[in-house]
Amino acid sequence: MIGTHSNEISNLDSSLASMDAARLRLAGIEKAFPGPSGPVAALHDINLTVDDGSFVAIVGPSGCGKSTLLNIIAGLEQPSAGSVFLDGQPVVNRLGRTAYMHQRDLLLPWRTVLGNAALGLEAAGMPKPEAIERARELLPRFGLDEFAESYPAVLSGGMRQRVAFLRTVLTDKPILLLDEPFGALDALTRTSMQEWLLGLWDELRRTILFITHDVEEALLLSDRVAVMSGRPGHFLQIVDVPLPRPRYYEMISRPEFVTLKAEILDTLRRSMRADPR
Amino acid sequence: MSTTSTPIEHRAIPGLGWIIPIVLLVLLVVAWEIAVRLSQTPAWILPPPSKISAALADNWRVLLHHSWVTLEETLIGLGLSFACGVATATVIASSRSIERSVYPIVVASQAIPIIALAPILLIWFGYGLAPKVIVILLFCFFPITVNTIDGFRAVDQEQVDLLRSLGASRWFILRTVRLPSALPYVLSGTRIAAAVSVVGALVGEWVGSSAGLGYYMIRSASAFATDKVFAAILITAVIGIALFLSVTLLERLLMPWQRVSEKA
Repeated sequence: MIGTHSNEISNLDSSLASMDAARLRLAGIEKAFPGPSGPVAALHDINLTVDDGSFVAIVGPSGCGKSTLLNIIAGLEQPSAGSVFLDGQPVVNRLGRTAYMHQRDLLLPWRTVLGNAALGLEAAGMPKPEAIERARELLPRFGLDEFAESYPAVLSGGMRQRVAFLRTVLTDKPILLLDEPFGALDALTRTSMQEWLLGLWDELRRTILFITHDVEEALLLSDRVAVMSGRPGHFLQIVDVPLPRPRYYEMISRPEFVTLKAEILDTLRRSMRADPR
Repeated sequence: MSTTSTPIEHRAIPGLGWIIPIVLLVLLVVAWEIAVRLSQTPAWILPPPSKISAALADNWRVLLHHSWVTLEETLIGLGLSFACGVATATVIASSRSIERSVYPIVVASQAIPIIALAPILLIWFGYGLAPKVIVILLFCFFPITVNTIDGFRAVDQEQVDLLRSLGASRWFILRTVRLPSALPYVLSGTRIAAAVSVVGALVGEWVGSSAGLGYYMIRSASAFATDKVFAAILITAVIGIALFLSVTLLERLLMPWQRVSEKA
């Protein structure tokens, strides 16, 4: 049943491909992993459209398959059913089409800040000196100009994460996949990094799909928030965030923000009560 | 940033780490000298350190010649072991099925009694450089290969996935992530290999040779010139230690980031 359903969607989508403004579209994504007693469902019927230049957040409890979903979009894993559309086309080999950033900064300890930042460009085939120059130009914007030749070991958590950001942004990929990039930071650093990201996104206007378990963070940063249930992960609700741009941290006390936050938390809590695991 | 204070405190008194073993060594040598003299042990059974250093001074030209032969064999053998070991490990680590079929053979090769194999190598390759280099290879190949494989296994899979998602080629990932993260393991394997490589050269020389410290030892021993045997042993030890320290130095040069993370 599910299979035919997603086939219909993909047929429909490919016929509409030329009219499709979506950077990224997920249609009927299913993912199951082999378990000791048969396959275990990780994702169920995931449908999402991410418009060009928009900022979409996915919130959900830990272990709901958010990271699996990003792995699928990045092309590191394939869905059990359903398709991933990039610029209107279903794409099977998606490696190299998106810029993926993990919760861990994954900086290479043997490369300097510049070398790490240039890594994505080099991976895409740019000669190292050229990639290094491109990275150097952006260092000030990322507050890293004094640390160009430093090794990651001497940097603070927030700075390491900014290097990882620079590496991600520099790749020139139209879609950034961010998997809880601030998850490992302390609350204060986290807030300043959120504001910094808002400013950066205003400049870059890159499409961002952002994963977090923090509802406040999701609402503050994004245009749309997709609320995900526990395993198997599926979207309970997709809400538009009515806050104007530019955003700033003080908006978290606005009534519409507070109402929306309560609504999403309520949705999450009810889904967990229905399935207490 | 977390600051661990212990390594810094340790470094606050520079050279202290060296002083204690040196003092201990000097005491040991003095005790040896006194014990031999008091017990009046004949020099051909156990020469006192003073006699060994005299033998070293009297025969330094001959010893230098033989040392050079042994050093050359050792360096060629060690270099070849390094190249073969890293290459084999890279191939083995590149695929699960190759690992399953080749790794047991590598481990089994270590069960071969190398000393028993040396006379056969003599028959095959004669008295020249080749049989010594092969014996060293048999000694040194294993620690380098096994350590390098362990190094490849310790690679952070998320780091590899990150580069894959960016569209990096296998070769790029090998060059930028796999090899550098295996490097500490490669070098610690090489350090072990460096220490045993001289032993490999001696074994090769004992079986059949016309020069080298091993040859010199056998000839001196058959003449009951025990002080000369000890002089050769001393040089062998010095070569082994020098090689070991060279690899440690290489480690510092090749991995500058390691010292940074120690300081941080």
